[in-house]
Amino acid sequence: MEAFAPFFPLLIWVVPLVLGFVFGQFNEKRHYRSIHEREKTWLHLPATASRYPLLQGRIARSELVGGSVVVSVDYFKRAAAGLRSIVGGPVKSYESLLDRAKREAILRLKESCPGAHEIVNLRLETAPLSKNARGGIGAVEVFAFATAIYMVEPGVA
Amino acid sequence: MFLSNIETIPGKTITASHGVVSGSTVRAKHVGRDIMAGLKNIVGGELRGYTELLNESRDQAIERMKAQAQQMGANAIVNVRFSTSSVAVGAAEIYVYGTAVTVA
Repeated sequence: MEAFAPFFPLLIWVVPLVLGFVFGQFNEKRHYRSIHEREKTWLHLPATASRYPLLQGRIARSELVGGSVVVSVDYFKRAAAGLRSIVGGPVKSYESLLDRAKREAILRLKESCPGAHEIVNLRLETAPLSKNARGGIGAVEVFAFATAIYMVEPGVA
Repeated sequence: MFLSNIETIPGKTITASHGVVSGSTVRAKHVGRDIMAGLKNIVGGELRGYTELLNESRDQAIERMKAQAQQMGANAIVNVRFSTSSVAVGAAEIYVYGTAVTVA
């Protein structure tokens, strides 16, 4: 037992790494499953970044809508990104995190206006929360906002 | 009050423009949320407390912007933009701005 004593400080580093890997992967898979399912149910509500609606006809009303999510990166991904920054190149672990966050924000935006016929001028904003601060939270907020259009009687252009 | 982030209010015409209106809030998170977020930081995932906090602040900023527009006699705000910046560790500013107009 005493022979292993010098390795105890290492555990402080290894335990969160293993926890982060196991739960992080599990959470990511579950989140992607939920995103795929919900995206399918929202296919009838198109969202564009263009400023004018694709649908033609009389517009009943419009409103400003938004959806946001704050996500945090897990310990394993942060360590992987740290290693990656030594040699440079794409940081895959962060790419999937931000991809999930953006899609989740857009889905929440759509869920906030179920009766709309089209979403125009979709904008996405990413803001780091407490950037790089020592002891700070490595988290980003993704906020999606757009104008939802409600038609009198929807017809395709 | 009509709001949109495009140059017009779809289906309406702008009859008068009143200039830029804006609203902002600076919010700090509380310690309890921070401890939970610290734990979440190991396993990753959504920080629901933060999502709520930022949504509340954004709503408040929008309310302030609307109040300003109302004072000017406007009934709509077009070209609404949002910006978020962390001004200090543990505090974020939410700023929302747009052009106050009268539509008919």
